[in-house]
Amino acid sequence: MSYLQGSFPIRKKAELAPGFFRFDLECPKLAEKASAGQFVHIRVPGFTLRRPISIAKILPGKEGLALVFEVRGDGTKELSRLREGDLLDLMGPLGHGFTLLAPDAKAVFAGGGIGLPPLLEAASHYRRPTVLAGFRTAAAVILREDFEAIGADFRLSTDDGTAGEAGTVLPLLDRRLAEDKADILYACGPAPMLRAVRDLALGRGIRCELSLEERMGCGVGACLVCACKTAGGMKQVCKDGPVFPAEEVRFDG
Amino acid sequence: MADLSVNIAGIPFKNPVIAASGCFGFGEDYEDLYPVSRLGGISLKGTTLEPRDGNPVPRIAECTAGMLNSVGLQNPGGRAFVEDELPRVLGKGTVLIANAAGSTVESYCELIDLLDASPVDMIELNISCPNVKEGGMAFGATCEGAAAITKAVRPRTKKPLMVKLSPNVTDIVSIAKACEAQGADALSLINTVLAMRIDIRTRRPVLRQNVGGLSGPAVFPLAVRMVWQTANAVNIPVVGLGGIETWENAAEMMMAGAAAVQVGAAMFWDPWAPVKIIDGLARYCDGNSIRKVSELTGSVRPW
Repeated sequence: MSYLQGSFPIRKKAELAPGFFRFDLECPKLAEKASAGQFVHIRVPGFTLRRPISIAKILPGKEGLALVFEVRGDGTKELSRLREGDLLDLMGPLGHGFTLLAPDAKAVFAGGGIGLPPLLEAASHYRRPTVLAGFRTAAAVILREDFEAIGADFRLSTDDGTAGEAGTVLPLLDRRLAEDKADILYACGPAPMLRAVRDLALGRGIRCELSLEERMGCGVGACLVCACKTAGGMKQVCKDGPVFPAEEVRFDG
Repeated sequence: MADLSVNIAGIPFKNPVIAASGCFGFGEDYEDLYPVSRLGGISLKGTTLEPRDGNPVPRIAECTAGMLNSVGLQNPGGRAFVEDELPRVLGKGTVLIANAAGSTVESYCELIDLLDASPVDMIELNISCPNVKEGGMAFGATCEGAAAITKAVRPRTKKPLMVKLSPNVTDIVSIAKACEAQGADALSLINTVLAMRIDIRTRRPVLRQNVGGLSGPAVFPLAVRMVWQTANAVNIPVVGLGGIETWENAAEMMMAGAAAVQVGAAMFWDPWAPVKIIDGLARYCDGNSIRKVSELTGSVRPW
């Protein structure tokens, strides 16, 4: 695995939902090294720390990468002001991504909010993935068409019941696991959701991988800022993750 | 081509740019971009005698022109450092500096024994980490503490001993002199400045430990002032660090009195920073008829 650093143009920009942006970048050198679940580390003009943003999609012909991010603070707000044609200073691809099984395996994906984008590239590897997507409200639903376009069985929940089922993604997951076997389960989202997904998967003996999020410094494993406790000792989310086998992750801080 | 080499406490460095402790790991994480041999040296991640898990996350916060960290000396312990980690970076063509931290005089001394028997070129005695409860900065905060720890570890090693000083003190010069009097071969300064950020939406500190160490360009003028004051007061080499991100910063720090510089936080936003600084210093020397970069050291003409 190797990464590079450079400046790459934003070819397409879209606001998928209020505060959720998609950038399609032209960066063939990065795209050809990238795999599902990895991330790039973005320098935002005027800010010191880079922002880690997961790779949502490796674009056709490995011409570039699609990134989807949510405006959460001043840095991502500034990032969202960039326009088509602007250059983005990236380091990437970084980190360990998802393990992909044979394309006809029964793969189940569980994502919460901005946890959905990191799952898209992995889901598109499978013939008929099941995607369980939880959002706050109907207006915050993103990437539905993208998942449906790759043939996913897309099931939706919202906290306020304005789209799909009311509640979190967990009842959807419970039901899906009762319906049919799953060869592998992938999840990305807030920590309480990941913990519940892990418990469900391990309880049923299903292989499961979690994509974690943490505030990062260097992004390459040097600074030990984005630490997480695992069964195998202290690991770095940026280098050893962001994807970890569920049984390794400790949520007790 | 100007001579970029410098000599610190008998150790030759091919250039005066050293990766600061905790920011460069063991160098291998940047080898996709450039070989470790480009750097004058690496100050390796802070090591304690016993393994430490470090502080809970979040361990990092941003601020204007800088950042705060609170890693808390996460490390696998002195023995694992020497046996498992050090071999990975040996023979890569750069000076290796071990950064030694501790919580008691005894633990410092035992760690120094381990490092003395290891192939590191130099030992940086860290008495200035603001992110651990006991020890660390407690030794570096007073003349008596700094003198006592330097005196205790000095006879344990023949390797050059460089004491890393804290800026979180009233009078850094007297602490520097105390270390020199007890046999320190060099000094490095400054470690990070104790600082805090609060998220006004949640009213929670951004760092899980509430406070952490400020670094980056925000601290640069503070570091220049402390290096200048210290270098004027001691007769041992001073390695300057704190907010250096460009070759101009490095030249300024050397003019203040630094024999060499360390680069830390800048690597987070520009991983090429140390290499750009080395190349920039070379161009600057060549363009100004400076034969040896060491001529810059202490060359400020104060009013």
